[in-house]
Parts: sequence; structure tokens; C-alpha cells
Amino acid sequence: MLDPEKIRKDFPIFKRKFKGSALAYLDNAATTQKPCQVMEAMDDYYRNFNANPHRGAYRLVADATERYESARKNIAAFIGARQEEIIFTRNATESLNLVATVVCQQAAPGSSILLTQMEHHSNIVPWQMNAKRHNLRIKYAKIRSYGALCMEDMPQELAIRPAVFSFTHVSNVLGTINDAVKLCRLAHESGALACVDAAQSVPHMKVDVRKIGCDFLAFSGHKMLGPTGIGVLYMRRDLQETLPPFLVGGDMIKEVTFEGATWNSPPYKFEAGTPNVAGAVGLSAAVDYLKKIGMEKIEKHEQELASYCREKLSGIPGIKFYGPKKGAGIVSYNIGKLHAHDVGQFADEDGIAIRTGHHCAQPLMKLMGEPATCRASVYIYNSEEEVHRLAASMKRAQKTLG
Amino acid sequence: MATADMYKENILDHYKHPRNRGRIAHADSEAHDSNPLCGDDITYQLTFENGRVSDIKFEGSACAICLASASMLTEEIAGKSIERARAFKKEQLLSTLGIDPGPARLKCALLPLKVMKLAVYKYLGKKMTEEDEKLV
Repeated sequence: MLDPEKIRKDFPIFKRKFKGSALAYLDNAATTQKPCQVMEAMDDYYRNFNANPHRGAYRLVADATERYESARKNIAAFIGARQEEIIFTRNATESLNLVATVVCQQAAPGSSILLTQMEHHSNIVPWQMNAKRHNLRIKYAKIRSYGALCMEDMPQELAIRPAVFSFTHVSNVLGTINDAVKLCRLAHESGALACVDAAQSVPHMKVDVRKIGCDFLAFSGHKMLGPTGIGVLYMRRDLQETLPPFLVGGDMIKEVTFEGATWNSPPYKFEAGTPNVAGAVGLSAAVDYLKKIGMEKIEKHEQELASYCREKLSGIPGIKFYGPKKGAGIVSYNIGKLHAHDVGQFADEDGIAIRTGHHCAQPLMKLMGEPATCRASVYIYNSEEEVHRLAASMKRAQKTLG
Repeated sequence: MATADMYKENILDHYKHPRNRGRIAHADSEAHDSNPLCGDDITYQLTFENGRVSDIKFEGSACAICLASASMLTEEIAGKSIERARAFKKEQLLSTLGIDPGPARLKCALLPLKVMKLAVYKYLGKKMTEEDEKLV
């Protein structure tokens, strides 16, 4: 187990009291809190190195460029990629928009896209919009009642020979961990490109793009201790060459005339405009922080804490859990017929932050037949004591409203 | 505001024992709306006689604040003139509820008011005012 008390000392937000209690922050699947190390790295960048990278020939530009590119290198190594395979975006949503836009543009008209029923809106809506634009069809791989894909069904699902199969590595609603290695292999066997939404996995477990064998992998900085406004798209090198650019403008060009333009080499081809250098620097510091603890230890801590949380909540009359028992650090539940927002109100009063609602996955919620669930999602700074507080608060909600 | 205050006795009473919940066989007007963000979903049915609301019933699936508000509103509106039902103020409803739901839950409390008014506007064949449109 990690030492959450020691880790919490790095996070200034935990000094703030909420109605007299320290904050029990259990909404880490939405976003995470930030350690001093990340804020200081960004502050240092703005105080000492700020300039527009890749533009101009003076010393400060070289400094800013060096910081931006070494952040890229550090983040690339963290997921087993080459430096130039990392494209900086705003967040996982923008990364998925990028993939959907450029892949659909090159897909043969009439071909299909395969997604799964457990995707959240970011891995549905960009495909829907681009499918409409390029006359493509979308299919959704079914999930079983226990909240996971059925591996035996997958060859059948992929028999439509989609142009691309895009799936979430870890479900933000159910905590299901998909077998990304196997899914990518099956996708490739059917001739599809494989895109992994890793927003809920990269922050919580060791992820290696070579081992997974994906063509694209998207994640957000803010869900892994980094700042908001910086995200990552890993794109396989040869695809970077053949796929068209996404947003266009400054920095992504090689030559512009009044008649047209040619593209810069990747990854710059996919990064238009002045980039979020401070964001990249902050995310790199977050990666350092996570590496220092160790991703294996983080994963173990979260799984143990999530299963402890299920155990402590299971005594509450009428409680129902969603998703597989053995999953990521996400516990989704409802208490009898109580509305998640009522339940969440009790947690809020006790200084506990949990997510209540549809978790930006309305099609999945509809499939589950629930308008909303409560979700507790843990991270490195969460403790068993916070789980006790949540359980006590939930008991109070059940007693008052039930 | 503390939870203990938000889930006051009268709120819990209406939540656990809702008044006028159900359907009217031959309603003069019916309206439905939902808040997809939290899953609150409310339907009102009304009948009118001699320019007054002669019967009002609601059904729906929603949180305690929304259901209590929907139930209390039926008691407020029953017997009122059509015009008073149409012009019913959100401040009146909040004062009946007796709580300050805060910015995050205000829409839960006000969804029933919007749906009830929608049914009245429908009956009158009029378009909702901009102010009422903005209730939720």
C-alpha cells in the first residue's frame, strides 16, 4: 500500500476544509488534484523560460523549445513510444476528434467504424459526426450484463471488417479493464486500425503502446495530476506520414504560398498554432511524480482501495454495484431507488466528493436502465479512512431517504 | 446549506408520500420535460373547469427535491385560476419548499414548475414567456 497521508502533503488543496472536514476527493475519474511539483514546474517555466517554441532564433526560444521537447520525450518514454509519436492536444477528447477526423477522411465510403457500448461521449460523438460527413456506418460491440465485452464475440463483431475499431481501455462508468492487447490484435487481423481511449488507464497503470500494439492512444493530462488543457495522442509513426493533418495554421506547415501549403514533418504536422508549453511541462512533472511512486504500486493501491470500498458499502440495504468486481479503481453504485443526486448531497455535506449522474456515457446508462449512478473513483492520495467516511455518509443517506 | 436542512421533514414527507401522483383519465392538457443531465423526468396532467384548475396530477422519476417540489406544487395549484397557475412565481414555490437548494440543485426544484406551466400554456394555446422558458 502507498502512504496516502505522506502523499497528501504534496497537494495544497487538501489543506482546505469543507464544512470543517478535510476533503475526501473521490472523483478522480473526472479530474485529479495537483501536487506542488506540477504547479512549481509550470511556474518556473513562465518565470524563466517563456517564449514561442520553434519560432525565432534567440536564446529564450531555444530554452522554451528545449522544455517543450523534453516534456514530449519524457511523456513518450512513459508510455513506451518514440518522442516524435507524441502529439500534444488539449485533452483526450481532442485527441479522439483528431483520430476520427483524419481516419474517416481516408476511409473508403460505405465502410464501417466499430465502437463498443461502454464508450463515453468523447469516443462516440466525434465518430458520429465524421461518419455522417463521409458516409460511414457505426456499429457498437455489445457488452454482457456483467459490464464487460465478451472476448468470444469479438471476432464476430469485427467480421464487418471496419476501417477502425476504437475502444476504451478502462470504462469510466464500470471500471472494466478491457484486454487492449487482444482487442488490438483482433482489430488488426480484421484489417482495422486500432484506437485506444486510455484516459482512464494511463493515469492508473503501466501502459506501453508497443505491448498493446495500438495505432492510436489518447489520454488527458488533468486526469493524471497534470494541468487542464494538455492532452496526448500517440500515433504510430508510419500513419503520421500518410494521414492528413487535423487543425491547420502556424507551425504545422513546411511552406505556405498564396496558392497552398505543404505540411511540416510529424508530430508538428498535427500541432497547429502556438502550443500549450506550460501544460506540457506540467504534465511532464506529473509523469515524474507518478514514476517516482511507481505505476505498479499505484495500480495495486487503487484496486485494493476500490475493493475495500465495495466491501464497506456492501452492508448498506439495497445497494447495487455496476461493473465487474475486479476492475480499476472505480466503484459505481446506487442505493435502492434513491436518486444519485440525493445520495451525493449527503456525501457533499460530509466533505466527500463523489460523482453523481450519467458520467458522460448516456447510451451506456440507458443500456443499464439507470438515469444516474454514484461513482467513487480513487487515486494515490485516497485512504481507507476516507472509505470509512464515505460508507458512514452513505448509511446516513439510506437511513434518511430510504 | 447543510443536507439536514435540505432534506427537511416536509420535503421527506412529500418525497415518501407524494400527493396527487398518478394519471388523470381525461386530462385537458398534459406536458412533459426532463433534465437529461441528472435524469429528472416529470409529467403533469391538468383539467380545467370554470376558469380554474379542477384537477392536477403528476408522475415521473426524479430526485427527492424534484419529487417533493412536484408534489407540493399540485397542492398549491389545485383550485387556482388558470391565470394564477400560469403566473405562479418560482419564489413562491421555493418558499413553500422552505429550502435554498443552491445553484447545483435549483433546476431539480424548478423543473416541476416549468412542466406545470407548460401544460397551462398548451391549454391556452400560447407560447411560453422567455422568463418561464428560462426556469430550468
